[in-house]
Amino acid sequence: MPSNKSVSDAPITQFVNCRILKNHKLQWEDLWVREGKILNPEKLFFDEKGFADHKVDCGSKIIAPGFIDVQINGGYGIDFSQASSDIRGGVALVAKKILEHGVTSFCPTLVTSPPDIYHKVIPELRAQDGGPEGAGVLGIHLEGPFISEEKRGAHPPKFLRTFKAGGVADLMETYGHLDNVAMVTLAPELPNSAAAIRELSGRGITVSLGHSMADLSQAEEAVQNGATFITHLFNAMLPFHHRDPGIVGLLTSDHIPPGQTVYYGMIADGIHTHPAALRIAHRAHPAGLVLVTDAVTAMGLPPGRHTLGQQQIDIQGLHAYVAGTTTLSGSIATMDMCVRHFREVSGCTVEAALEAASLHPAQLLGISHRKGTLEYGTDADFIVLDDTLTVRETYIAGQQVWRK
Amino acid sequence: MRLVILDDYDLASEWAAKYIRNRIIQFKPSADRYFTLGLPTGSTPLGCYTKLIEYHKNGDLSFKYVKTFNMDEYVGLPRDHPESYHSYMWNNFFKHIDIEPQNTHILDGNASNLQAECEAFEQKITAAGGIELFVGGIGPDGHIAFNEPGSSLVSRTRVKTLAKDTIVANARFFGNDLSRVPTMTLTVGVGTVMDAREVMILITGAHKAFALYKAIEEGVNHMWTVSAFQQHPRTIFICDEDATLELRVKTVKYFKGLMHVHNQLVEPTLSVKDYMD
Repeated sequence: MPSNKSVSDAPITQFVNCRILKNHKLQWEDLWVREGKILNPEKLFFDEKGFADHKVDCGSKIIAPGFIDVQINGGYGIDFSQASSDIRGGVALVAKKILEHGVTSFCPTLVTSPPDIYHKVIPELRAQDGGPEGAGVLGIHLEGPFISEEKRGAHPPKFLRTFKAGGVADLMETYGHLDNVAMVTLAPELPNSAAAIRELSGRGITVSLGHSMADLSQAEEAVQNGATFITHLFNAMLPFHHRDPGIVGLLTSDHIPPGQTVYYGMIADGIHTHPAALRIAHRAHPAGLVLVTDAVTAMGLPPGRHTLGQQQIDIQGLHAYVAGTTTLSGSIATMDMCVRHFREVSGCTVEAALEAASLHPAQLLGISHRKGTLEYGTDADFIVLDDTLTVRETYIAGQQVWRK
Repeated sequence: MRLVILDDYDLASEWAAKYIRNRIIQFKPSADRYFTLGLPTGSTPLGCYTKLIEYHKNGDLSFKYVKTFNMDEYVGLPRDHPESYHSYMWNNFFKHIDIEPQNTHILDGNASNLQAECEAFEQKITAAGGIELFVGGIGPDGHIAFNEPGSSLVSRTRVKTLAKDTIVANARFFGNDLSRVPTMTLTVGVGTVMDAREVMILITGAHKAFALYKAIEEGVNHMWTVSAFQQHPRTIFICDEDATLELRVKTVKYFKGLMHVHNQLVEPTLSVKDYMD
């Protein structure tokens, strides 16, 4: 058939024989892509009298938006918190490898580090689009150093900081730059944190509560000042208590400003959170769940001793510990493993599991108008999965960037 | 007329789809000679569309050399509104078959000059060589397309204001909120459909029974515009048992007795595979 499109001559690909995640349901629909974006085929048909140039038969598989990992510290021997000689090369290596896990966008995470590390590394970790070279970098997640000493977990105590005057000055002195930063995790009970929270959220940077001893009212105040995320719920915070729910109480708090959603990250690796706790959180607030890997340097590597930030860690099977202790030091699960595990232990629908790793992180970061969905006009970052939720193919901007 | 009575909605839909399939294949459409098909919307033809899609997916029917002309479209409803007839046709038919976009024609309810849009539509039909088979339904008030009671039986494509009955009947597609139902439409005229070489009317359900009675057992009357087809040389009414509830037993028995003749039109059911050279 002669090409007959009035808007653009770029080739159109139609993915057929597939179930796509649309309007929160898996539906037998074709997926149309042109120039790296999801295309509206009805508009193409009626306005442009256009049709597909290529058809790809997906063999009845599932097409979901690409996964978005907002907490990943490194992997395959790369540690984002180390000022190595080739920071960009390190990020690129991880970005390429995580395509296999269905991740199309991510936030490289830096754990608590001294200011000179931040000053050196942050400018090198630029936000960039994904492609055949690897998943896209959405921005950096700075987990620390303004966190609680008692709840520091694997973070090195000597580099923890408090807010002196609060606000921009402390942030700039510590981090150097805030360009390229997508998220900051801090402990709101630290004095003068309110000004910092307002400053960061005013700049469009997501503020997350974590590694904290805050009680519920302190957490609620932080949310009112602009915090919208909880870093790895349950881990590194006060446990839920029925008279003092702590940060966990945000999931059902009635002090959240109207129209705002508090999201919460959960590491569904089968180790960091008991399945019953996963279920309690999910049932209390299903719309806020964001699956994260919190993957460490050793993810993808064989068992043994490795470096994370300024510390040493031990890999034993699927567990990663602070060397010589039983304190967990991040996980080595991959995002697709987390999605499968979450689905299995929560009994949730396939759609809910997929959205927890795509739509919700996109909503959290305020980018759901272009990522995390298969809506018309959004970036064509998607994955093809089989019914066991194993990733078979990964696409970025409509181009296949990995296949099993 | 031919009155074809099937036991239920599914059988009626299938019979109609087979008839359309055979007509298209027998016509042997090609790039020089397209098969022109007039098409309806609404709940009645959904079963028929589903079967036609099935025939296409099985490789038995192609719409490559078929041109379609829809009967109507709401005025002022955005084209991508889920209740527009463009959306209906895309979701229920076009997106599942191999019809080429430039061969489909639906009136544009958002045209800046509605009158000119209607006239242009008539010209497109003429340019395509007229309609070979016009498929339609019947409203509870006996209307064909949106030719409401009182429409001229020789009318052409034009703007029509909907009758209260029709607005109420359509409310279920607009969240049962009467205020959200469009009040004006562009519609082919009774005369436009009468110009087709053959007309097929699908009527199913007890709520259409009275309209069917008025259309075929009473006189030609502009209050029941489907009755105009009593004066068309080649009309076929396809209905289910429920739609015949208001007819005389004599009428129903006569036409049921003819089913063996009618069935010769759909058996054997042809396939394009038989015509691949």
